[in-house]
Amino acid sequence: MTQQVSQESAKEVRRLDRVIIRFAGDSGDGMQLTGDRFTSETASFGNDLSTLPNFPAEIRAPAGTLPGVSSFQLHFADHDILTPGDAPNVLVAMNPAALKANVGDLPRGAEIIVNTDEFTKRAMAKVGYDTSPIEDGSLDGYRVHPVPLTTLTVEALKDFDLGRKEAGRSKNMFALGLLSWMYNRPVEGTERFLRSKFAKKPEIAEANVTAFRAGWNFGETTEDFAVSYEVAPASKAFPPGTYRNVSGNLALSYGLVAASQQADLPLFLGSYPITPASDILHELSKHKNFGVRTFQAEDEIAGIGAALGAAFGGSLAVTTTSGPGVALKSETIGLAVSLELPLLIVDIQRGGPSTGLPTKTEQADLLQAMYGRNGEAPVPIVAPATPGDCFDAALEATRIALTYRTPVFLLSDGYLANGSEPWRVPEIDELPDLRVQFTTSPNHVLEDGSEVFWPYKRDPETLARPWAVPGTPGLEHRIGGIEKQDGTGNISYDPANHEYMVRTRQAKVDGVTVPDLTVDDPDGEAKVLVIGWGSTYGPITAGVRRVRREGLHVAQAHLRHLNPFPANLGEVLRSYDRVIVPEMNLGQLATLLRARYLVDAQPHTQVNGMPFKAEQLAHVLKEAIEHG
Amino acid sequence: MADVLTGGSQEREHHPLTLVPKADAKQSAKDFKSDQEVRWCPGCGDYAVLAAVQGFMPELGLAKENVVFVSGIGCSSRFPYYMNTFGMHSIHGRAPAIATGLAAARRDLSVWVVTGDGDALSIGGNHLIHALRRNVNLKILLFNNRIYGLTKGQYSPTSEAGKLTKSSPMGSLDAPFNPVSLAIGAEASFVARTVDSDRKHLTEVLRAAADHPGTALVEIYQNCNIFNDGAFEALKDKQQAQEAVIRLEHGQPIRFGVPGEDGLGGKGVVRDPVTGDLKVVDVAEHGTDGILVHDAHSASPTQAFALSRLADPDTLHRTPVGVFRDVRRPVYETEMAEQLEQAVERYGKGELATLLAGNDTWTVL
Repeated sequence: MTQQVSQESAKEVRRLDRVIIRFAGDSGDGMQLTGDRFTSETASFGNDLSTLPNFPAEIRAPAGTLPGVSSFQLHFADHDILTPGDAPNVLVAMNPAALKANVGDLPRGAEIIVNTDEFTKRAMAKVGYDTSPIEDGSLDGYRVHPVPLTTLTVEALKDFDLGRKEAGRSKNMFALGLLSWMYNRPVEGTERFLRSKFAKKPEIAEANVTAFRAGWNFGETTEDFAVSYEVAPASKAFPPGTYRNVSGNLALSYGLVAASQQADLPLFLGSYPITPASDILHELSKHKNFGVRTFQAEDEIAGIGAALGAAFGGSLAVTTTSGPGVALKSETIGLAVSLELPLLIVDIQRGGPSTGLPTKTEQADLLQAMYGRNGEAPVPIVAPATPGDCFDAALEATRIALTYRTPVFLLSDGYLANGSEPWRVPEIDELPDLRVQFTTSPNHVLEDGSEVFWPYKRDPETLARPWAVPGTPGLEHRIGGIEKQDGTGNISYDPANHEYMVRTRQAKVDGVTVPDLTVDDPDGEAKVLVIGWGSTYGPITAGVRRVRREGLHVAQAHLRHLNPFPANLGEVLRSYDRVIVPEMNLGQLATLLRARYLVDAQPHTQVNGMPFKAEQLAHVLKEAIEHG
Repeated sequence: MADVLTGGSQEREHHPLTLVPKADAKQSAKDFKSDQEVRWCPGCGDYAVLAAVQGFMPELGLAKENVVFVSGIGCSSRFPYYMNTFGMHSIHGRAPAIATGLAAARRDLSVWVVTGDGDALSIGGNHLIHALRRNVNLKILLFNNRIYGLTKGQYSPTSEAGKLTKSSPMGSLDAPFNPVSLAIGAEASFVARTVDSDRKHLTEVLRAAADHPGTALVEIYQNCNIFNDGAFEALKDKQQAQEAVIRLEHGQPIRFGVPGEDGLGGKGVVRDPVTGDLKVVDVAEHGTDGILVHDAHSASPTQAFALSRLADPDTLHRTPVGVFRDVRRPVYETEMAEQLEQAVERYGKGELATLLAGNDTWTVL
C-alpha cells in the first residue's frame, strides 16, 4: 500500500493510496470543525473522500467523559471510495476519554497522536485508566506520538493577549495544522476560512491561523514525525466536470431549490427544528433571494400544516423532519393523501423509537413511511443512496409529487445528512423540466351543457386530479378530509364510492412510473443477490467489491424507489438463489419484499447507530455464497 | 397569477385586503352560496352565522376566487362547504396552521378560518395562540357553543365547571378557558366577541375584523340547540340582555343596563382605585366621573383584558361584546415578503448555477 517516492526534503514522503483519519475529543474541543476543515482541504486537493461525523446529542456533555466524546472520521483516497472506512489508520485523541472510546477501533500499527497535556491523573481516572496508557505499554503495537498539544498551542500564542485557557482553545487548529503537514494538504482554504469565520474578532482569527501554522511547522521540524504522506488526487475516479464537497443535507437543500426553479414554483418550507434535519431549514432560510419561504412553525404538525396550506395555494411545499416528527405529522400526511396535493415530506431518519438516538443513524422509518397512517393512505417513497445523491433524489421526489399530486416521502438518514463526499456540480440544462400546468378552466360538461370544474376528475393517464389554485376565476371549490364523491369532490358516504376512491388512490400510487431496477452482475454467474436501499449503498458496494476481488460472484441491486417498487423487482429477486438484504433496522425492507414477492429474502441487520462496515458485509456475503 | 406566486410586492399594504383583487361586478349574498345542501341540525346557531357571513362578503367586493375559508373539525367546520369560494375542510385543530401557510405564501388571498371551541381551544390550542402572536393575516371565526356537538355532547374547554354531560355525569372538573382573555394573553392584535343571533352586531364585528391587518379573532357565541340549548339565553332574552350585555364601542363610555337620565345605560364600568380591578357602578349614584371610555386601540392590553374578565362565567351577566382590542403591529407575511425582497436587493436574484457551484470547487479534466 505504501511506496517511497521522495526524499528530497529532510523528511521522507511516502505515497499512500488511501488513508482513514479519525479526530476525537471532547464535544467542546471543536472536532467537527477540525474534521470539516480537513475534509475541505482534502476535497480541494482532489481526493475522493467520505466522512462520518459522530457526536453526542448533548451540546456540551460532561467534559472528559466517554459519553462526551465527539469524533469525525474521514476516508480519502487516490481512487473512488464508497465509505468513511472501517478502521482508522490514524487517531488524533485530544484527551483520555477520546483515546479510550476509539482505540478499540484501531488496527495494530495504526498511528495515534495523543494530547499528553490532558493525560492528568484525574482525567485518566475519570475514564478508568489507573496508569497512563501512553506509558504503561498498553499501546504497544501502535505508533504513538505523544504531543503536548495544549502547551505547544499556548506557547505559539504567547504574543497574543490571551489567557492560557483561551489560547488553549486553538489546540484543535494546531492539531489540524500538524495533520495537514502529515498529509500534505493545501492550507490556504483553512486560513481563509478562519479569517472569515472570526471576521468580527480579528485577534481570535489570527490566533487560530497562528496555531494552525504552528502545528504545520511542528510536524516539519520535530523529530518525532519523520515521515509525511502523499495521497494523490483521484483524477481517474471521477468523470470530467466541476466538483465540490457536499453533505447530504446540503445536497438535499440544493435539490429542493433546484426543484423549485425547474418547476417554476416558489418553494415553501414548513418545519420545526429537529436533529438531524435542522440543517435543511438553516440552509433554505439563507436562500430567500430564490423566493424561498421558510416557516419555523410552533410544532411538527404546524410545520406540515403550513406546507399543505402553501401547496393548496400553488407552492412547491416541503416539510423536513426526523422520525418522531413524522409520527406527529401522520394525520396531516393522511389529509394530503386525501386532498391529493403535492407535498414533500423529508425524513432524515435517526435512531428510534421515541427520542432514540438523535445524532445517530438508522433506517427504521421505512414501515412508518409506508404504512404509518390511519386508513389506506399510500405515499410514494424515494431514498437517496449517497450524500450527493440527495440532490437528485429531491428532484425525483418533486417529479412524483407534482405529476401525481401526492405527498411523497424522501427518506434520508443521519449518516447521509452529515456525511459528505465530492459531488459533480450539474449543469442546469441537465436538470429535469418539472413544470406543471395549473388548471385554469372548467374541466367537465354537465348534462344540461353547463361547464363546471370538478376537482376530482382525474387525468386518465396518471390518475392525478387537477390542481386549481385559489385566485383562479370560476374554479372555486372545496376539498377536505371527508371521503369525496369521485369527480365532483363533494362529501360522499356512499359505500361503493368509498371503495372506488380507496382503490383509485392506491392505483394512482401503484402507477407512478419508476425506472426498472438495474442489477450489477458483471459475469452473470452470481447465485446471491444483495439488495439494499438508502444510505447502505456505500458499505454494500464496498463489501461487494471485496468479495469480487476474491474471485467470488455476487449480484448487487439498490432500490431508490420503495413505493412503488420497480416493476421488474419480483423478476430480479426470483433470478437468484439467495437474496440478502442489509438494513439498519430489524428487517423492514426484507419484510416488504417477502410479503410482496413471496421470496425468501434474508435480512442482515444492524441498529447500533452507525453505518455498516464494508468488511462486515463482505463477510456476510461470503458466508451466503459459500454456504448458500 | 405568476407574479403573486413568485414575488412580493414593493408596496407595503396598509389595509389587509390591498393586494386582493376586486370583483368585476356587484355581488350579492347569493354569489357566496355554494350548491351544497346545508346539513346542520335545524335550529342550529350556525345557520345565522353562515347567513351573516354570506350577507357580509359582498360588502368587501373581493373577487370570490381570492377568498378562502379553511376549517378544522366540528359542526362549524363544515362551513367552507357552504361558501362558494375556495375552501378546505381540514383536520381537527389544524386550520390555523394550514391557513398560515396559505396566507404566508399568497398575500393576494383573503383567508378566513372557521373553528369551534373544541377545535380551536382544545386540540388546536397551540396553533391558535401561535397564529395570534405571529399576526398572520387571518380572520378566525371561533364558534363557541361551550359543548362538543359533533361527537354528541361532551363538555368542551369553554364549558362551565361542573357541567353535566355524557362524559361528566357527576359534573366536569375542568376550569374553562375564556377565549377573549386567552387571545389577549397570546398577544392578539384584534379580539372581538359577538352573538350568533344579533346579525347587525355580528356584521359590524366582521367588518372590523376584515379591516384589521393581521390575525383577527372573533368569538361568536353560538347556540347548540341539541346539546347545550339556551347557553347564551341571558344575552339574547330582551329583558335579561339589557343587564347582561355590555356593548363595547371605541371612544364611548362603557355603559349598559336600563337607560338613565342621559339616555345611556344606567350602569357604568369604573376602575376600583384600591384593587385596580374593574367594577360596575350605578351611574345615578356614582355619577359619570371615572366611567371608563373604551379604547380598543390602546397599546396596553390591560383594560381589554380586564374587560374580558368582567362577565360572570356562570350567569354570563355583564358580558362585554364588540371589539375588545384592535391594534396595529407588523403583519407576518408582509414582513416575510419584505425579507424576500431585501434578500434580492442584497444578494441579487438567486442564480441556481452559482448556488450549486459554491466557492470551493475543483475541476476534473
